[in-house]
Amino acid sequence: MNAHKSKVGRWYWLLLVPCLAMLAIPLYNRDEPRLFGFPFFYWYQFLWVVLSAAITGWVYSKVRHVGEEDEP
Amino acid sequence: MNWITLGVFVFFFVLIAALGFYASGWRRGNLDALDEWGLGGRRFGTLVTWFLLGGDLYTAYTFLAVPALAFGLGAIGFFILPVGVINYIFVFCVYPALWSVCKRRGHITAADFIKDRFDSRFLSLVMAATGILATMPYIALQLIGIQMVVGALGFPMQGFWSEVPLFTAFLILAIFTYTSGLRGPAMISIVKDVLMYVTVIAAVIYIPVELGGYGSIFGAVPQEKLLLKPPSAESMNQFSLYATMAIGSGLAVFLYPHATTALLSASSANTIRRNMVLLPIYAVVMGLMVVMGYMALASNVRDMPEYADYFAQYGVNFAVPAMLMHFFPSWLLGLAFAAIAISALVPSSIMSIAAANLFTRNIYSNYLHRECSAARETQVAKLTSLVVKAGALAFVILLPLEYAAQMALLGGIWIIQTTPGIVFGLFTRWVERRGLLAGWLVGVGSGTWMMTTTSFTSSAFVLQIGNYTIPGYAAVYSLVLNLMVTVAISGLLSLNRESLRAVRASAAKTLENSARIESE
Repeated sequence: MNAHKSKVGRWYWLLLVPCLAMLAIPLYNRDEPRLFGFPFFYWYQFLWVVLSAAITGWVYSKVRHVGEEDEP
Repeated sequence: MNWITLGVFVFFFVLIAALGFYASGWRRGNLDALDEWGLGGRRFGTLVTWFLLGGDLYTAYTFLAVPALAFGLGAIGFFILPVGVINYIFVFCVYPALWSVCKRRGHITAADFIKDRFDSRFLSLVMAATGILATMPYIALQLIGIQMVVGALGFPMQGFWSEVPLFTAFLILAIFTYTSGLRGPAMISIVKDVLMYVTVIAAVIYIPVELGGYGSIFGAVPQEKLLLKPPSAESMNQFSLYATMAIGSGLAVFLYPHATTALLSASSANTIRRNMVLLPIYAVVMGLMVVMGYMALASNVRDMPEYADYFAQYGVNFAVPAMLMHFFPSWLLGLAFAAIAISALVPSSIMSIAAANLFTRNIYSNYLHRECSAARETQVAKLTSLVVKAGALAFVILLPLEYAAQMALLGGIWIIQTTPGIVFGLFTRWVERRGLLAGWLVGVGSGTWMMTTTSFTSSAFVLQIGNYTIPGYAAVYSLVLNLMVTVAISGLLSLNRESLRAVRASAAKTLENSARIESE
């Protein structure tokens, strides 16, 4: 069980990706290209909020069965 | 005073008051038990938890102050977007474990966990006091949000009549919280969210049409504020500030007792995980609210004479209400203002419950009345929730408006100092309570000192290294000091303990040897 747990636990590292994408400020602190009038700075961050939700959902689908025996 | 606006506003207020009282019978439990009153029986499923957390985190004050930040200072106001990413991921990784321990051991507050895990009543008292002190000004800010909306509806902004609507709102809040516990705000938050979404969607579709599209809305933002100020040879400028605000708020948000309370009321650890997948929907809506700060800029409401009095009284926080008044038809304005006022009631209720849980569990039954019964605990918590709210009301009425905002900034710096206890407590074995206590002391002390360098007007601290400055969120700088002290002292103590053990072992051996020699 523990070996399985730590293997599944690796999926959590994936969650670093959206955090780093949000902290990579020099990468997105720019005006062009615009999308629907939104400068890049803005739509990039909105997009990453959505992508972050998708990635978290993916990780959830991988880890949700771990530790279920601890719960009622 | 516009009677249609007022009528719609009053209608929704009466509706949610009725809902609040009705909620006490919802999925009825034994309301004499504290985890029934104070945690809704830990029975909230994914959807209710989602509404509850949304009501908890995206408060009236957030709706007013964050767009106002963008209105005044530009791009920096959008730190709410990275916060929305970082805090949900932090919770996804940490809080399911906390939920499981708390469920298994019957904990109601995070400070309960600390007491049990580190076997220290005192550490739990410190954590509880930090939580209560950080929450109180936050409730006051919500009441200020209500005051602002009521002022905008046409009630007088000063004197006796300005306080009547505030007292009314306070009474409704106090009574439904007292009778229904956490079920009250859980049920009301559903209505609140529907109203809020209608408001935001109407605003982001309708107002840009009036203003000539998003291109011209962003065009109204002064060029130097449209993007973050990049680093120069002397300073990191806004880059370090933005990043530390994102990290600091990202960690702090869920450490607030009201957020922890909502998470612990979930029905399972996976309910929490699922919520962290779904909550970014709120982050997107919140981001759109911040864009409304730019719409306010583009529509020049600041320079319109009819709003001058309001701006004089409330400052830039009035930007969004002014813009809504300018563009929305009367009925929609009533709905929008109701959404803001209810967004103040929901978190205030949860905050007062959370503070009451902390007081009852970690101060009252640990120090003042040990071994007290569950029924008595619940009674004390209910009364405490009233005291907490009355305190916040007194704060708003008696002190200048800006004090509450400044105290809330300080509260953010204090609450983040409880991170090490929770995270190390859940995932490590070697951290010591004395290390945590020392770290907390250094964190709170240094963070408060950093606030004094701006006379408590801002929580940005300018760190100077040689000739280079790194402006950043004081909460993050003080948390780094806290972590260093916690780790260093815990490390020293455990080394010390090991060397003590070694000394004892060798002493025992010597004794044993000498005993053997004697017997021989």
